[in-house]
Amino acid sequence: MYRRVSILMRKHFVSVLVLCVGMIASLSVKAADPSKGKTLFQQNCASCHNVFKQVTGPALMGVEERWSDKKLLHQWIKNSSSVVASGDAYATDLFSRFNKQVMPAFPSFSDADVDDILAYISETAAKGAGGDKGKGPAGATAAAGAEEGGNNSLLFGIITLILAVVALILMQINSNLNKLAADKDGVAVPEPVPFYKNKAYIALIILALFIVGGYFTINGAISLGRQKDYMPEQPIFYSHKVHAGINQINCLYCHAGAEKSKHAMIPSENICMNCHKTISEYGGPDLYTAEGKKVNGTAEIQKLYDHVGWDSKAQSYTKPGKPIEWTKIHNLPDHVYFNHSQHVVAGKQQCQTCHGAITEMDEVHQFADLSMGWCVNCHRTTKVQFADNKYYSIFEKFHQDIKDHKIDSVTVEMIGGTECQKCHY
Amino acid sequence: MEQKKYWKGLEELHNTKEHQENVKNEFREDLPFEESESLLNATTPRRDFLKYLGFTTAAATIAASCETPVRKAIPYVNKPEEITPGVPNYYASTYAVDGEYVPVVVKTREGRPIKIDGNELSSVSGSASTARVQGAVLSLYDAARLRFPTINGAETTWAELDKQVTAALAGLAGAPIALLTSTIISPSTKKVIAAFQAKYPSFRHVTYDAVSYSGMLLANEASYGKRALPVYHFENAKTIVSLGADFLGTWLNPVEYAKQYGVNRKIDEKKPEMSKHFHFESMMSVTGANADERYTHKPSETGAVALALLSAVGGAVSKPAIADKRLAEGIEKAAKSLRENQGKALVVSGSNDVNIQIIVNAINNQIGANGATIDWASTVGYRQGIDSDMVQLVSDLKSGSVGALFVYGVNPAYDYYDAAGFTEGIKKAKLTVTFNDRKDETSELFKYAAPAHHFLESWGDAEGRTGYYSFIQPTIAPLFKTRAFETTLLTWSGNTTTWEDFLKNEWITKLGGQEAWDKVLQDGIIEPALAPAPGSAAFTGDVAAAAAAINSAKKGGKLELVLYEKVAIGNGKEANNPWLQEMPDPITRSTWDNYAVISNTLAKTYNTQLGDDYEINAERKVLKIKANGKEIELPLLILPGIHPDVIAIAVGYGRNQNAGKAAGGVGKNAYPLVSYNGKTFDYFSVDTAVEATSKTYEIGLTQTHNSYEGRPIVKETTLEEFIKNPKEVNEDREELAQQFDHDFRKNGTLYPDVHQYNGIKWGMSIDLNTCFGCGACTIACQAENNVSVVGKEQVIKAHEMHWLRIDRYFAGDENNPEVVFQPMLCQHCDNAPCENVCPVAATNHSSEGINQMAYNRCIGTRYCANNCPYKVRRFNWRDWNGADSFDNNLYDVGGMNDSLTRMVLNPDVVVRSRGVMEKCSFCVQRLQDAKLTAKKAGRPMKDGEAKTACQVACSADAIVFGNVNDKESRIYKVRNEEQTNRSYYVLEQLHVLPSISYLAKIRNKDAEPKAEVKGHHEAAHEGAKHEA
Repeated sequence: MYRRVSILMRKHFVSVLVLCVGMIASLSVKAADPSKGKTLFQQNCASCHNVFKQVTGPALMGVEERWSDKKLLHQWIKNSSSVVASGDAYATDLFSRFNKQVMPAFPSFSDADVDDILAYISETAAKGAGGDKGKGPAGATAAAGAEEGGNNSLLFGIITLILAVVALILMQINSNLNKLAADKDGVAVPEPVPFYKNKAYIALIILALFIVGGYFTINGAISLGRQKDYMPEQPIFYSHKVHAGINQINCLYCHAGAEKSKHAMIPSENICMNCHKTISEYGGPDLYTAEGKKVNGTAEIQKLYDHVGWDSKAQSYTKPGKPIEWTKIHNLPDHVYFNHSQHVVAGKQQCQTCHGAITEMDEVHQFADLSMGWCVNCHRTTKVQFADNKYYSIFEKFHQDIKDHKIDSVTVEMIGGTECQKCHY
Repeated sequence: MEQKKYWKGLEELHNTKEHQENVKNEFREDLPFEESESLLNATTPRRDFLKYLGFTTAAATIAASCETPVRKAIPYVNKPEEITPGVPNYYASTYAVDGEYVPVVVKTREGRPIKIDGNELSSVSGSASTARVQGAVLSLYDAARLRFPTINGAETTWAELDKQVTAALAGLAGAPIALLTSTIISPSTKKVIAAFQAKYPSFRHVTYDAVSYSGMLLANEASYGKRALPVYHFENAKTIVSLGADFLGTWLNPVEYAKQYGVNRKIDEKKPEMSKHFHFESMMSVTGANADERYTHKPSETGAVALALLSAVGGAVSKPAIADKRLAEGIEKAAKSLRENQGKALVVSGSNDVNIQIIVNAINNQIGANGATIDWASTVGYRQGIDSDMVQLVSDLKSGSVGALFVYGVNPAYDYYDAAGFTEGIKKAKLTVTFNDRKDETSELFKYAAPAHHFLESWGDAEGRTGYYSFIQPTIAPLFKTRAFETTLLTWSGNTTTWEDFLKNEWITKLGGQEAWDKVLQDGIIEPALAPAPGSAAFTGDVAAAAAAINSAKKGGKLELVLYEKVAIGNGKEANNPWLQEMPDPITRSTWDNYAVISNTLAKTYNTQLGDDYEINAERKVLKIKANGKEIELPLLILPGIHPDVIAIAVGYGRNQNAGKAAGGVGKNAYPLVSYNGKTFDYFSVDTAVEATSKTYEIGLTQTHNSYEGRPIVKETTLEEFIKNPKEVNEDREELAQQFDHDFRKNGTLYPDVHQYNGIKWGMSIDLNTCFGCGACTIACQAENNVSVVGKEQVIKAHEMHWLRIDRYFAGDENNPEVVFQPMLCQHCDNAPCENVCPVAATNHSSEGINQMAYNRCIGTRYCANNCPYKVRRFNWRDWNGADSFDNNLYDVGGMNDSLTRMVLNPDVVVRSRGVMEKCSFCVQRLQDAKLTAKKAGRPMKDGEAKTACQVACSADAIVFGNVNDKESRIYKVRNEEQTNRSYYVLEQLHVLPSISYLAKIRNKDAEPKAEVKGHHEAAHEGAKHEA
């Protein structure tokens, strides 16, 4: 589980780099905003269209050139059947070439939206033509430089140790000198006890060992069964950063159970295939495993296809599917009842509160230690939606107290959120 | 009001020295060394001890510090739309085993059925259920079920089986084919059978019920021209007379009758009235225990009692002589009440004798029940077996004139009175096929086994009463390679349609479309919009002939035997259910066995060796009983209230090992004691001989556990007294209030009241008047809360785990006692004595008034259990569910430690480990769920959204549960508005402030003579002296 800790520095470098790229990109503002277009494209178009490839719909590279009239293109995107009905030759031809499959209408699109999408398409097409592959890997070179701000305590520790040794030597010298002086004076002094037999020293050392050992034992015992920072290797290199971060797919699209059930639900493969039927290649920023090994995104998508039995060339399922055996990261003991929907729907919590900056994680690790203390601390401080949620109307006393300005808010703890049988039954 | 003395058993009544000793040492547990002689006698030197100690500590440390196991999360490839992991799905289905009709709703989690409750939409039984319905979900995961089709016991494929059987059927050359089934109430299954008959004209279908109601069917045919059973309306009856019909426990469809019966047992304080129930029987049944007036007679006198009653209500028969004065008076009283409630009365009889049933029909005709409380316009098919058909079939089998024999859902080799004859007959049939679910006593004699699905895996329908349908749909894919009985039959009749399609086609044609069919499956039932008005039928029975036949019947001998069904085990078909085996019998309070029930008087007459400790020790003397030419040896069990000259034995026990781990070898089979009188089976013997043997046998009796030690915990009065002075029953509460300045809660203690209930305060009210003691709640609780089964050996040590027990108390005369059932569960005291003795605060109080138990905090000191005045805390002495994780540490009761059986566990409730305390949690998982649903929707929680498992299962709504802070809730109204005079708390004077209130029991009987009350008073004093 400490795989992550050892490579933390490098990861930070990558994220800074990404952030910079993002900032530069956002600076180049044009009349039509391709970044806005990207979001729209991914939300509305990507399930049937690819810029470079023909999938359910045609490849969109050069779409503006193919349409003679820009207005007609706008109309086509907003409501394709109306263009077909108008009898435009190109439109009818296109319609029949794609087996008379009607493209869904998007009446909500404004002209600006459509322009944004088209800008995104042309931008992507231009990048694709120029070949954006093979950017320098986020640097092994930079990793060393990041080692900064080391802990002072280590320094102090070393100094203390040196001083202790010096003190010990001095004490030894002192006793030897004393002995010499005594010999010189002819006073019979008993043979000094060597320090490793000195009872005071031994007692001190044992005491020190006991304290240090006890400290580690207790900490070890407390952390038994806790898995903070647990980051197992998964059967498929699935990047939350690419999906939820870069492509801004809503968490609940895949983890639909988070609103309905105690389980957030690992999405079934058919959910993956909603998008990956058309997205068969990875074209985003380069991916690296936590160890720094480069990951071929397209090959990872192929792994998904192998599991579901999808043949991307034939565009059909050719083999029976088999489930993906993900390694579970967040494990709660059996005696804990945790309900996602309670926190997401009733408590209106963000996923990130407990799962951390999931949109930044290529490989997910456990962000919180998921200990009882961690849960209870949050329940002590979190305020419930007391006035907004009618469920709480039964707590007349608290409502009165708020009115009387005795309290200003109600925490989860005040309505029984730290009681045993909130979570243990 | 005078406090009656209540006793659980004779040991408590007589307050023997041994009983006092037993009560004193309730919490003493001997070290479990008796299990190992070598351990007890081992001489372990101190050094060895230290070595072991060191080794085990080190080993445990190393084991605990091992790497955390890697867990997998495996999603679906293609998730079915209706399944969300963690959210239960509910499917409507029907419990239609052996003719019982209970529309149910099955709760499934992640595709596994885990709980069965009644279907609220059904007007027949509503959300109510019985212990057996609740237990059916465990039967699904029964490890003893057949897992594939077999030929001569060897596994085969369905294709091979089909091939061989069809060939054999073709080779029969017209020799008759017989299908033997228990009662089938599915109209579509009957159509499938008819289709098979069309293909094989030599086919006949024989219905055989293990416990027969043939007498009723034939009597109804003779009386009304209909070989059927009417619909009973107990809810319309002001007077109910039962001649041995245990309609609240085992008779026909008890859940339906209990629901109806409950209607008139509820008391409206503003207008107190209730039905009056007379009961005449030999053994004490659950129904008898609930009767207002109960009389006993010998089984041979049943006919005479019926005749006397007919004559007393004005029937044209001569009155037979009744020797027992009390009984004769009782008949007169019952008759008087029946006459007074003309048209609002009902008489039922549990007899299987045609003539007696004709007389009962005549009585009902006389008192105007026909068409009022008995509806002949609709009929029910709860039992259809005619005994003579079965006898004929067996004689045909024996003569070799049956070519092929199919059995489905019956087990005559076990439960037929002449099992040997049946077994012999099978050998002569050319083709034998069993559809039974396990290799039971019958199936093991058959060549082909074509196991059918469990009903939770099947499709089907059921016609409860005319025009009332309920449907069965699969709640899980078949666990094993089984196939629907109907599909098999269709295949063999050359029809390639599956049963599912057949059923669907049937109903889609009938209902007129897929949409209607979907709706019906969702609701689970079809019922007429308006309940049809009861109709009558013309009575044409020959009363004189019946009376003559009764009068000429064989007179009884000194001792008589009666066979009965236990509420949990019934006819024994579902005996391999550890939940049902361990459910304490409502009357005898014993588990896991059958026994010879006798009265104390009888026990004394021929047995001088019964010591004073007899009642409290599990060891029971074994009796040898001879009846109907058969012999059986069973331990005796003394029960107050049974007729002194009667021995009662439960059927349904004594299954062989193939029936399963729980049923195999438990008890003795009493079916061989049944006899055939030429028309019907007799479940009694008028001439029985008994002798004591020197053997003893241990019975797992729970009666002596959790003694209340003479404290006043039950309150009751009679209807008459209650009308006269409604305040009297709660006099002591009034005194308490006055003593503490009308605020006992606040002034009853020196300490401040620390608990505030700002939002919700859960509370429960239990009506002792409508608790019939049937035990459905106990099993519902067990299923909901993963309550463990401990086995007989541990029950004897008082280690049973039930969170909810139903205490049965006797009061009054030892030979004709009154009975009270009191459900006892954690009272969730606001001032809980258990909480402040816990050294680790594992049990503490919630802001909603729940006495919560954090299992993982518990270190097992058991101080809490010792300090609980209600004795409701249960300690896990062993790992009851996961002992199979150590190979040589198997303590497996009835196969509960099995991966298959564990599928029944509720995933929302923790399975408790060894060494921790547990108790009723008010079904906290259900409460949290209801709260969450409301919270997510942003609305206040409605009353009735949060229900406990016991509350749902109760057929008479005896349990009301809810938020006491909500002034609109049922529980608030019951306590503060509707039932203020009857509402009381058990042991209120202790100031533990329980959250459960009880409603005092009211009996509709004449007030007792004052002298007797005085006697009780003295007895109570004596009890108090003993305590001191």
